[in-house]
Amino acid sequence: MLKVEDLHVAVGGKPILKGINLHIKPGETHVLFGPNGSGKSTLLGAIMGFERYQVTEGRILFKGEEITGRSVAERAKLGIGIAFQRPPVLRGVALGDLLKAVAPAPSDVGEMADPMHLASFLERDVNSGFSGGEVKRSEMLQLLAQSPNFVLLDEPESGVDLENIALIGQAVNHLLQKDGFNGEERCRREMKEGRSKAGLIITHTGYILDYVPADLGHVLYDGRLSCTGFNPRELLGCIHKYGYAGCTRCLA
Amino acid sequence: MQDELRQKAQQALHKKAALGEEIDLDRFVAGGKEHSYVENLKSLPQEEKEDMLVAGVDTTEKQRTGSFILEDNTVVHAASFQDGLEVLGTAAALEKYEWLRDYYWNLVDIDTDKYTARAGLEGEGGYFIRAMPGVKAVYPIQACMFIAQEGLLQGAHNMIIAEEGADLQLITGCTTGRHIGSGMHIGITEIYVKKNAKITFTMVHNWSEDVAVRPRTVSVVEEGGAYLSNYISMTPVKSVQMYPTTYLKGKNSVARYHSIMVGYPGSNLDVGSRVVLQGEGSRAEIIARSLTRGGRIVNRGHLLGEGAGVKGHLECQGLMLSPQGVIHAVPELEARVDGVALSHEAAVGKIAQEEVEYLMARGFSEEEATAMIVRGFLNVKIMGLPEELEAEVRKAIELSEHSAL
Ligand SMILES: Nc1ncnc2c1ncn2[C@@H]1O[C@H](COP(=O)(O)OP(=O)(O)OP(=O)(O)O)[C@@H](O)[C@H]1O
Ligand SMILES: [Mg+2]
Repeated sequence: MLKVEDLHVAVGGKPILKGINLHIKPGETHVLFGPNGSGKSTLLGAIMGFERYQVTEGRILFKGEEITGRSVAERAKLGIGIAFQRPPVLRGVALGDLLKAVAPAPSDVGEMADPMHLASFLERDVNSGFSGGEVKRSEMLQLLAQSPNFVLLDEPESGVDLENIALIGQAVNHLLQKDGFNGEERCRREMKEGRSKAGLIITHTGYILDYVPADLGHVLYDGRLSCTGFNPRELLGCIHKYGYAGCTRCLA
Repeated sequence: MQDELRQKAQQALHKKAALGEEIDLDRFVAGGKEHSYVENLKSLPQEEKEDMLVAGVDTTEKQRTGSFILEDNTVVHAASFQDGLEVLGTAAALEKYEWLRDYYWNLVDIDTDKYTARAGLEGEGGYFIRAMPGVKAVYPIQACMFIAQEGLLQGAHNMIIAEEGADLQLITGCTTGRHIGSGMHIGITEIYVKKNAKITFTMVHNWSEDVAVRPRTVSVVEEGGAYLSNYISMTPVKSVQMYPTTYLKGKNSVARYHSIMVGYPGSNLDVGSRVVLQGEGSRAEIIARSLTRGGRIVNRGHLLGEGAGVKGHLECQGLMLSPQGVIHAVPELEARVDGVALSHEAAVGKIAQEEVEYLMARGFSEEEATAMIVRGFLNVKIMGLPEELEAEVRKAIELSEHSAL
């Protein structure tokens, strides 16, 4: 579904990503680890096509089409969606109005917002004065309305309290067609068949993995993916033990 | 008019205004055609009704407690439907009330500049609106300044008085007939907010491309009173220069100015708000949003702290939607005693790429995303208007956006 080939990205003239290769197939969920400032958000931003991330080499393919030069809007129309780590405030734009405009068909935004505990936020300006956890729930809610085929989730659980993490987890599962997952291997396999939606999730703590089953993990380090393509939980264990730089040792 | 006023005016007929480009008043026709009085607004021509609606003046008078219409220089309608609220032409009111002389040319000096002088000499077209003590208007009163004759100079002198404890809402729509290109409007407005009274004054400018406008507005607020001013100008206009000023005389009095304006190519807007905080504990807030699509906007704000424990905040935001336009923010704070707290924030720039991309990532085109952010920037919600009034203003904005495109 998504193929990133030898991607080099610079921000403000500074090279951040130095040759990323990544292949995410339909139905797969990948997890991206990496220290602060390693370029995780940069990778997501480059996939989404934000202007500040300049692709200097390599290419990005989505559903077989090269999208490297395409606008953000075109990529969104092709089915890519993103939950921002730190989204901007939209003054004067009410969350409810945005949701109405985002949803492909006329829908009851109150009904939509209720499960994310945001029904009372519909009149408020998008992200204005939202707490850290509220921002994350609002991002998920917007994605639920948009219902993309491929989601980029930038730290969806950071700053979210223990009860709301479950809520975020449910939303992610819904986005990734993983509803009904109850932790059993057998169930997971059954659901995998017929699932087409895919995603890439950035997490530091891995808490989201308690709710969302993921297929493969990668560590972004020094502009490249190291320890790429391993079980995400195992990978997390290695990072705990040996640190980001040393995680290769554990898996070698 | 008393000879003394007339004399002062005559001497100031060539006096330049402190701000704004010079307008040659001789280019315009004075006086103009007389119009006959309209008993029922329903009998106005359909076209005029539609033109007025764009400026927030609803001739069906649903949810209004009174209406006033100045067509060219004739008062064609003045009526109120609520006891304790009075709507008259200023000339009629001056005849009716001897005491009104003390309020007339009292806050605005007739020799301020050639515009006030000229308006003073042209006559007393304009409205007198008064709320008796303790009377609260159920709905807003609407006033329409309507130019129907090409190239006319319209001069209006308005007086608004909210007596003790009264609560008055006024929506003033200023507009031209749809076939009118050029014109000149001079509006003198003197506003009195008595003890514990409140006036919400909302002005919608919907002039046309070659109209020049010089409002001269001064208000005074007594103890515990509040003056809330909202200004909206969303359509092309040649030249506007105004700097309405409020004197917060009374203890704990409040003033709030919110303005939203759009500059089009060829437009020259020089709009400010000034509050002089004199009464102990008085408070003021000025919020201005200006957006240019190619016009020039000077956005001024001035807070003067003269009383103990006064507080004021000034906020000025400008959005550049065109490389041709100019937005010049001039925020001024002036403290004349200690113990005042005045602050300001000003920001001028183009639309934030990050915000546009945020919306694009949700599937909107760049144009759609930009339009949403612009609409948000120009959102009247910030004005905190009463619900019905907000709906009216929203409607007027939508209509005027439409007519501007
Ligand atoms: N304009 C710029 N010029 C130079 N460096 C920049 C610029 N903008 C961002 N960077 C740097 O790019 C690097 C990658 O940032 P990015 O946001 O992708 O990190 P991240 O892996 O998501 O980190 P975190 O875990 O803290 O969210 C950071 O070191 C950041 O400081
Ligand atoms: Mg990041």
